[in-house]
Amino acid sequence: MSIDLSQFHQIFFEESFEGLDVMESQLLELQPQEVDAESVNTIFRAAHSIKGGAGTFGFMQVSEFTHVLETLLDEIRSGTRTMQRNYIDLFLQSVDCLRAMLGSIQAGSEPDMERAAALKTSFQDILKQSSSPGQEGDVPAETVAANAEDTAGNGDGDDAETGWRIIFRPSEDILQTGNEPFRMFRELQELVGTEHLTVIPVTENLPEFTSLHPENCYLSWILEVRSDISRDDIASVFEWVEDDCDIDYQPLSSAAVKEHTSDTGEAQTDTEQNSVVDDMAVVNAEPPAALVPEKVSEALSAAGTQKAKPAARAAKANEPSSIRVSIDKVDSLINMVGELVITQSMLGELGQDFDMSRLARLQEGLSQLEQNTRELQESVMKIRMMPISFAFSRFPRLVRDLGGQLSKQVNLVMLGENTELDKTVMEKIGDPLVHLVRNSLDHGLETTEQRLTAGKSGEGTITLNAYHQGGNIVIEVKDDGAGLNEERILNKARQKGLVPEAQELSSEEIHQLIFLPGFSTADVVSDISGRGVGMDVVRRNIAELNGSIEVKSTRGKGSTFIIRLPLTLAILDGQLVKVKDETYIFPLVSIVESIQLQKRSLNHVTGSQYVMKLRDEYIPIVRLDELFNLRSSDEEFESPMLVVVEGDNEKVGIVVDDLLGQQQVVIKSLEQNYQRVTGISGATILGDGTVALIIDVSDVGKNLDKSVKGQPRPGQAA
Amino acid sequence: MASILAVDDSASMRQMVSFTLRGAGHDVQEANDGVQALEFANKKKYDLVLSDVNMPNMNGIELVKELRQLADYKFVPVLMLTTESAGDVKAQGKQAGATGWIVKPFNPEQLLSTIKRVLG
Repeated sequence: MSIDLSQFHQIFFEESFEGLDVMESQLLELQPQEVDAESVNTIFRAAHSIKGGAGTFGFMQVSEFTHVLETLLDEIRSGTRTMQRNYIDLFLQSVDCLRAMLGSIQAGSEPDMERAAALKTSFQDILKQSSSPGQEGDVPAETVAANAEDTAGNGDGDDAETGWRIIFRPSEDILQTGNEPFRMFRELQELVGTEHLTVIPVTENLPEFTSLHPENCYLSWILEVRSDISRDDIASVFEWVEDDCDIDYQPLSSAAVKEHTSDTGEAQTDTEQNSVVDDMAVVNAEPPAALVPEKVSEALSAAGTQKAKPAARAAKANEPSSIRVSIDKVDSLINMVGELVITQSMLGELGQDFDMSRLARLQEGLSQLEQNTRELQESVMKIRMMPISFAFSRFPRLVRDLGGQLSKQVNLVMLGENTELDKTVMEKIGDPLVHLVRNSLDHGLETTEQRLTAGKSGEGTITLNAYHQGGNIVIEVKDDGAGLNEERILNKARQKGLVPEAQELSSEEIHQLIFLPGFSTADVVSDISGRGVGMDVVRRNIAELNGSIEVKSTRGKGSTFIIRLPLTLAILDGQLVKVKDETYIFPLVSIVESIQLQKRSLNHVTGSQYVMKLRDEYIPIVRLDELFNLRSSDEEFESPMLVVVEGDNEKVGIVVDDLLGQQQVVIKSLEQNYQRVTGISGATILGDGTVALIIDVSDVGKNLDKSVKGQPRPGQAA
Repeated sequence: MASILAVDDSASMRQMVSFTLRGAGHDVQEANDGVQALEFANKKKYDLVLSDVNMPNMNGIELVKELRQLADYKFVPVLMLTTESAGDVKAQGKQAGATGWIVKPFNPEQLLSTIKRVLG
């Protein structure tokens, strides 16, 4: 029989990655001076499981590599070796290495073994400085002995006329470990064939009936095997009970063999008569013959297929990503569907013969349906929600490693780790967060000396905080470092021509400059941050998630980066607007205010660009009808509305014909169905079946200058 | 066929073991750790217990010790799933009352032949 093991691969990878995460977090908490036995145990257990699974599923590179790691862990666990800081580093590197190995195996490619080999050597070097010097010398000696026995056994086996007399004296309590001598005899019988085995019970130790304990085994046996079987093969039958019995092997001469050939039947009868435990007799009475040849060949072919398997293993690339959902969430979903079915049948019944007298019930039913739908939507959304600890979990390691590289003492505080966030948003926020944390560590925090001079504690603190605010999730990355150097930022911005020489900026405006493309203040581009990826990329990534980022900073006290993200990417709270005959949707989060447009407050600047004074500031005005070529600019609005939106920290006034309602809309990707269009972030289907486009607010703002300069206009396919 | 209690904290191993055993016609109850296994064992007498050694909450060695205290499980075969490297684990297992062991890594065929050996 053959079982396709690849069906278990996906779950093996999942649990292995989880195991590696556990190892990593436990390793990070380990202090070499005071090693917590339970943590070491947990780490060991994780490594052990990975090794076992990898071996079983045929990933030998992984199991071999995990083996050396496990050996060192075991020595630490058993106390023969004490934990050292460089061990922790080595273990952490191994976790990375294993992660990479498993990753490439999962993707169907060969893992890179170079790193594993290097790490393995390091482990072996450590293991060589053994705390128990005897160990290593022993192994070869044992092997030699075993080989010698092997040869002897085979030598005997060559002589077809010989065999073995086995004197088997089990300990009295052998039955209490679940081992039954008869099972072993039968196994032996299957190995050599019924006619080649003689079982002679020895009853001399059987006590008087009154002192006989029914759970004990008082019998011993003499087994005679007349076959060319090796001693090792026989020993394998008794492998589990070696320590629970006296067992002697005597080679049989050919004479002895012949003498006993006819005794078989007699011996069995004897056994039955003298049997103490009923079960034994029953087992023995079964005719066990005939089965033997199949079993042997089965065992042989099993051994053959085992070797062939790893080579034939076809790795599946790109397994679909899966999500783990708690039973509670699924139950509530099922509950909700049940409610929906009830409402549906109620409405169905109502519709069969409807008259106006039942209007109230119809309305009641519809509002119930609305409630059901909303609850169902919430429940489904919850399934995609995961605690942000998934995104945060990499930071302890990152901060530890970077802190080490930069020789800065850093304490990482993580708050609100259970705040839930959509899985897709979670995956995409990882990189920007890493960038921000690197940035805080590299540029934000001062060196220990600088901190001490400034009268702060030597250890810097980086705080990651996540919490819900309205329909958004807010993530803060905060450091207690030197804060932004406004003077330097402004100088740099002037140098690069990002800010006109004469213009005075408020502190807040200066802080926002770091998000401009092409801005990097680091004097020396370090390895840690500033690899050509600036804050502008961070902001762009966050904007792609319909989110925003801002920074607050106090000189000498530190900086806080605040990211706001929508809870999900699939549904948007939208403001519907009308432009000529079309309906468009603005994301509600981006709208600052909506006002009646007063034509006299418009000012004309360059080209066709209008601006309007709104309280203390001038904001550029965009006509949506013109932008999307619905109307020429000569045509006038009747009673235009101005929607003031904010994208990328810039306010833009967008002129529309009318404001319609607000509603939640399901976002359909334009890119998947058509192609990316500047100024449009997606589309949705409205209640009446028509399609409405969703305005990309930051795109509209960004393209202002371009359209003035005669660049391709928004609304045209890019 | 036999009823078997399979205990392992690793879901993939558990699935592999139970899939294999079910394929051979056995009834399999899975348990995540010793504590859960003991709960099942208290409710029903299984013909055979297969247990991993390294598990959280209650490991395989402790599980065997506990099982042997139960009247129903005095003679029931209990096999430990262990790795070659763990030589003293075998001894500990025997001491605790385990019937025998299956050395990891093993394939489904090896598992079945060992089970057959115990169940007859």
